[in-house]
Amino acid sequence: MLDKRVASVADAVAGVQDGAVVLIGGFGSSGIPIELTHALLEQGARDLTLVTNNAGSGETDVAALLRERRVRKIICSYPRSKGSTWFEELYRAREIELELVPQGTLSERMRAAGAGLGGFFTPTGADSNLAHGKEVRVIGGRRHVFEHPLPGDVALVKGDRADRWGNVVYHSAARNFGPTMCTAAALTLVQVRQVVELGELDPEAVVTPGVFVDRVVEVRP
Amino acid sequence: MSAAALDGRRLTRAAMARRVARDLPDGSYVNLGIGLPTLVANHVPAGREIIYHSENGILGMGPEPEPGQGDPELINAGKQLVTLLPGGAYFHHTDSFMIMRGGHLDVSVLGAFQVSASGDLANWATLDDDFPPAVGGAMDLAVGAKRVLVLMTHTSPDGSPKLLRRCSFPLTAAHVVDRVYTDLAVLDVTPEGLLVREIAAGLSADDLRGVTEAPLLFADELDVLH
Repeated sequence: MLDKRVASVADAVAGVQDGAVVLIGGFGSSGIPIELTHALLEQGARDLTLVTNNAGSGETDVAALLRERRVRKIICSYPRSKGSTWFEELYRAREIELELVPQGTLSERMRAAGAGLGGFFTPTGADSNLAHGKEVRVIGGRRHVFEHPLPGDVALVKGDRADRWGNVVYHSAARNFGPTMCTAAALTLVQVRQVVELGELDPEAVVTPGVFVDRVVEVRP
Repeated sequence: MSAAALDGRRLTRAAMARRVARDLPDGSYVNLGIGLPTLVANHVPAGREIIYHSENGILGMGPEPEPGQGDPELINAGKQLVTLLPGGAYFHHTDSFMIMRGGHLDVSVLGAFQVSASGDLANWATLDDDFPPAVGGAMDLAVGAKRVLVLMTHTSPDGSPKLLRRCSFPLTAAHVVDRVYTDLAVLDVTPEGLLVREIAAGLSADDLRGVTEAPLLFADELDVLH
């Protein structure tokens, strides 16, 4: 029997290694897998590379991992936001490495990883200093920069409902990076508000098919 | 004209937003950048249906909710609470940036630090190293939309020009801006350079040249900016 349900967020993050590349969903305050992120903090893995759109805010989730010095490097598009004080402190102290990636390129690099592609050429950023050191090619008369795939060792994603096969549906704009991150990691962990029986999710409305998901944990609001 | 007199001719932020809103076609797909461009949605002429895109996976984005009525997950690119109109849709980030990069948006309205005479855009980083850099969706919005409109003040708060021969700040993208709306003028980026289409009431061509570093051409039928 295929059953991806686990009993707790602690069970979900079991086995994450030091040095892991961790994809964490969310855009601003929307769609952050807060409980899975806190479970990773409790689990203790360190020397992590985080891939996430923002570099945390306040004292919770990503900011908590930064505060506790668990993160060696962050790959993100917009690290500077209201309350990103822990990131800024580590950045100024040169205690964290930042790889800045345009938002669409960040998502597409993970898509390429999930799709088994070796990368792609994009016009985004091709004329900017973010293209320094990268291959630039003129395609259709326009400059494009080559971007590598960005796979994760583990992905932490917030869904709304899921079943034991790992099919997931999302809630409004909390979807954001979740479906792409699910495809791009060796181990995909999804927290949902509710785990439902097989057949309860409308197959026409499933956003992430279960094949992309390894563990599902219910986190009641 | 003195600097103080010129300041008195500047459009307000609301009037700037209203001017851009007049140019959004009925039935178009539009992305409004954070900051000043966000105000454009408040000034669209009655009877026009604009479908707003938000980079975090929304088409058919509506105004902010009534106090206490919002869905905390439903925010815009500026991280403010918004709503979804009937007919609106959610999608994931990769699809959302396909919409942007793939040329599916009719109009992108962006703020800017600087725009060059050839339509280069600098709107993501200054030369200030005190802050970590942040880019977000700025570069994707600049390269993808069918029309890229810039809405910005004509000069920076210290009075220095923002329309330049060449941008001095790091580029977001080269040769992408179609039109610039400022508090003093509306200018098209043409192969010959910046062409002034509209100018604030009472300003002469030389007044505008005095606050613009890039060379300016003036349309034969120059309109008053309002």
